[in-house]
Amino acid sequence: MSSKGYSADFINRQSFIELDARERAKALFDEGTSRELVGPFDRVESLWLPMQGVTPQEDDGCVVMKGKIAAQAAVVVALEGAFQGGSIGEVSGAKMTAALDLACADNEKGIRTSAVILLETGGVRLQEANLGLAAIAELMGSILALRKHASVICLTAGTVGCFGGMSLAAGLASYVVMTREARLGMNGPEVIEQENGVEEFDSSDRALIWAIHGGEQRYAMGLADALVDDDAPQVADFIRSFVSKGVPPVNRSSQVALYRDRIAKLDTSRQWDPKEFRALWSVNGLKEGKR
Amino acid sequence: MEQIEFNYPAKRKVPKRAHVGVVGSGDLEVLLEPSEGEVSHVFIRTSVDGFRDAWKAVLDRFFAKYDGAVRIEINDAGATPGIVHLRLEQAVEVSER
Repeated sequence: MSSKGYSADFINRQSFIELDARERAKALFDEGTSRELVGPFDRVESLWLPMQGVTPQEDDGCVVMKGKIAAQAAVVVALEGAFQGGSIGEVSGAKMTAALDLACADNEKGIRTSAVILLETGGVRLQEANLGLAAIAELMGSILALRKHASVICLTAGTVGCFGGMSLAAGLASYVVMTREARLGMNGPEVIEQENGVEEFDSSDRALIWAIHGGEQRYAMGLADALVDDDAPQVADFIRSFVSKGVPPVNRSSQVALYRDRIAKLDTSRQWDPKEFRALWSVNGLKEGKR
Repeated sequence: MEQIEFNYPAKRKVPKRAHVGVVGSGDLEVLLEPSEGEVSHVFIRTSVDGFRDAWKAVLDRFFAKYDGAVRIEINDAGATPGIVHLRLEQAVEVSER
C-alpha cells in the first residue's frame, strides 16, 4: 500500500482475467497480426441448444484466431467461460480440433505453427453429451499430433478454471500456464462433494479448493510449467517464451512410470496435506526436477 | 426460449458491422450488420419467455434516436433492459468507429 491508500501497481495493472475470450486471444498475438477464423458473423452455432430451449451464441463460445506470436505462426483457441460454463459442444469442439489439425498440416509443410489453448471450461456440454465427449477425444488426438511439431500451450487464467475431460486435454499440452486464481482438475469441488459427501470435500471451503486445484499448488506440484500474475502483458510474455522454446525434451504425459511410481508410493491410509505434496513431488519449488 | 422480431424505419447507411457481448447470465450478444433499404430488422432470441412488451419498450426507445439501416440479431441470457440498451449503444459505437 502506498501513502495514497492504494497500490498504484494494482490499479494500473491490465487484468487478463477480466478480458473476454476474444480479447484474451487477441492479447497474446504480436501487435496487428491476428485475424479471427469462423467468427460470430459466420453464424456457426450449436444446433442442439435451441432445441432444448437454450439461447445459443454465434461463435458457440469458442474463438479461433490465427497470427504471429514471437514472430512465428500461431493459432489461439479461446473458450468463453461465461457462455454455458465454457462447455465443449459439437461446434466448439470441431472448431478447436480443426484449428489444431490445420496447424499440424502447416507444420508438416514446413511452416512451424504453435497453438495456444485458453481453457475456461467445465468440460463436456451436457446438452450435447456424446458429441461433446467425442469432440474432446478428437481434440486430444489433435494435441498429440501437433505437439510433436511445435508447442501446444494450455493457458488457464480463471475464473472458471479447467475441469472434466478438458483437464485431460490440458494434461497433454507441451506446457501448462496458470494464474493463482485459476483451478485445474479432473473432478471439480462440487462433483467430488456430490459423489463422495461433504466429509470428502467441502465445496464451500474456498481455501481448501485453491489448496488442491489452485494454480499455485498445481505449479508447486509440477503439474503446471508457469505461474503468472493476472497481468495481460506478463501473460503474453510467458506465452511468447513457451512458443519460442518449442517442443519440450519430455512431455509431462509421457512420464507414465514417474507418475505411476509416485502414486504407488503414497500411503492412502491417512489424509495427506496439500503442502506435503509440494515437498514430495515438487519440481518447481523445493526440489529440482527433470523439466 | 422465445423468438421475437421487430421492424423500425431507417434513414442512413451504416459504415460497418459490430459484435459485442456474451450470452452469459444477465448479459447478451448483439450482432449489428449494415442492411440495404429504409428499414431496420431486429431478431431476438431470449432465454426468458414472456417479456415481449419489455423488449419493445427498450427497442422503441433505442430507435427513437438511432436511424441507421441495420439488421440486429440478439442472443439473450436474461439481461435487464438497462444492460440491453447499453449493449445496443456499444454495438452502435463500434459500428461507427
